[in-house]
Amino acid sequence: MNDRIQNAFSNGKAFIPFVTCADPDISLTEELVLAMVDSGADLVELGLPFSDPIAEGPVIQQADERALASGFKIHDLFTLIERLRNHTQIPLVCMTYLNPVYRYQKDRFLMSAKQAGLDGMIIPDLPYEEQGEIKGSCKTHEIKLISMISPTSRERIITVSKNSEGFLYCVSSLGVTGMRASLTDNAKEMVELAKAHSNTPCAVGFGIHTPEQAHLIASYADGIIVGSAIMNIIAEKGSESVQPVSRYVQQMKQAIMV
Amino acid sequence: MQNILTKEINTTNLPDSNGRFGEFGGSYIPPQLQTVMDEVTKEYENIVQDPVFLEELSSLQRHYVGRPSPVYHAKRLSEAVGGAQIYLKREDLNHTGAHKINHCIGEVLLAKKMGKKKVIAETGAGQHGVALATAAALLGLECDIYMGEVDIKKEAPNVSRMKILGAQVIEVTRGTKTLKDAVDAAFEAYLEDPDTQIYCIGSVVGPHPFPMMVRDFQSVVGIEAKAQIQELAGRLPEAVVACVGGGSNAMGIFSAFLEDSEVTLYGVEPAGKGLDTPDHAATITKGSVGILHGFKSFLLQDESGEALPVYSIASGLDYPGVGPQHSYLKTIGRVNYDSATDHEAVEAFYGLSRMEGIIPALESSHAVAHAIKLAKTMKKDEIILVNLSGRGDKDIDYVLEHYPLVEYEPTGKGNGFEEFLSHIKKQ
Repeated sequence: MNDRIQNAFSNGKAFIPFVTCADPDISLTEELVLAMVDSGADLVELGLPFSDPIAEGPVIQQADERALASGFKIHDLFTLIERLRNHTQIPLVCMTYLNPVYRYQKDRFLMSAKQAGLDGMIIPDLPYEEQGEIKGSCKTHEIKLISMISPTSRERIITVSKNSEGFLYCVSSLGVTGMRASLTDNAKEMVELAKAHSNTPCAVGFGIHTPEQAHLIASYADGIIVGSAIMNIIAEKGSESVQPVSRYVQQMKQAIMV
Repeated sequence: MQNILTKEINTTNLPDSNGRFGEFGGSYIPPQLQTVMDEVTKEYENIVQDPVFLEELSSLQRHYVGRPSPVYHAKRLSEAVGGAQIYLKREDLNHTGAHKINHCIGEVLLAKKMGKKKVIAETGAGQHGVALATAAALLGLECDIYMGEVDIKKEAPNVSRMKILGAQVIEVTRGTKTLKDAVDAAFEAYLEDPDTQIYCIGSVVGPHPFPMMVRDFQSVVGIEAKAQIQELAGRLPEAVVACVGGGSNAMGIFSAFLEDSEVTLYGVEPAGKGLDTPDHAATITKGSVGILHGFKSFLLQDESGEALPVYSIASGLDYPGVGPQHSYLKTIGRVNYDSATDHEAVEAFYGLSRMEGIIPALESSHAVAHAIKLAKTMKKDEIILVNLSGRGDKDIDYVLEHYPLVEYEPTGKGNGFEEFLSHIKKQ
């Protein structure tokens, strides 16, 4: 099987932008994703809007609210992926809370997602202990279930790393998503611990927004995930955001290549 | 009365070590929060074995909260209804006027043992916020209360109470600006700093161990009530009735009777303006299984899995989810879940006020309303025990404004109860 996620990590450090679907509308999301791919993104995270996202800071919360207000429905995600697949083979991973998947029926969701061309799922409110809920279905439909680890859980880091697939989403700091002025060194220790126990690539996210931060983290991680900084540009510029987002992605990719 | 047990039930030793009540409950939270919850669980399991903690809790319950709260035989109400005898567990007489103080004292004591400086929580109508602010003042901890903008406007007296007690009331302006969004905001604040603060959730909801912990702290209600009714009536009641929003007062009183199969348990959900309208919060009656705020349970949700906006005249019942143990007890058939409309709750509110001189909270009025319905179908020597979870001072202005008595002049003749109730203005 052609493993698109693995490809993302085969050309140096991966830059992984996150974008909330349908903020402000789904056709702009399509344009943004294609522009980010052209600007050097190695994998794209598509956020499924949800009204009660307990791991998100205000920037992504508000993006979710705008997306839901635009009338986004789950099947719009599959349509979006299908349309993207006419243009690109970039690995696509969906970031969603569990309930929309559960409500849509997990097998129906995963089958539609696979047919459309999705490669993986990140479910922040599905800790490792509860993965049984969906793991079998992901396997059946050949969608990678990406696990998250955080610096506070040493034993869990080891267990989760050993059982990981696709890539490991390393939560850089405590708290919710959002831009932070300074990041702690906890992320480095966590990544080193994870790497000591598995070969799965480690991408670090939460709080990263400057090229300097990205550069520093890329010295020990395999990839950098950036969400709020991008969603912030979209919140400010709306339909005019394609160019500034592209420039930002170029700049960030540049920062982790050197 | 027939008991409703159809299956062999396992109601003891739940939740399991993963926080499961059957398929419900669990812990659906980001990994950075899971570690924190594990720590809370561990600490909680330690303190419940600690005689010093238990002694401190029990002493505060007695000398500060005013426990045990009495069980009272509502003779005039029972007579007027004309059926079973209605007894009330008077949680409205607790310090701060509701059952919420029971788990707040427990949670703040736990926070103190864990060396936390601050307790945080969400509140809807403000009852949980006031109770937590009270416990925090008592035990010398800081307190932040997250409250929806809409609720802050509606519940001004409780906002003032919290401020006087030294709590910081933080306005939540996202989403529906009500309880559900206040929960989201409180979770986020907790994630930002789980080291110095602890989230004291307001009901038997949220990720493990909250549903267990809050139930355990509330179980004092059931333990007392069971002994009291046996002393008063010489036996167990035929029925126990409690209102269910998140379900903390109901779990408190039900927990003592779960193994007594001869006692039928009734949870009463808010039917609002009617179950056939969108304006209700009858989660178990009308919802489907889903995952919100870190746990799996029945949930009022749309086809995309988004929580629906919910409504009840009683803000304390206005939540799209319900405690996972309730979903479990529904599924195994141990508890009957029914509902009462706004109007039925208001009838009970006036009824209890006029017949017994007790003004119940609109939340608790749902339980009284169901007890009145039930009593009519039962014999005079049968007993219904109602958890009167809170007092109605907070609701008096609202009721008088929206449900005034129309053209009512007491004649003092005959059994005027039904006649009196017919004068409450219909919406």
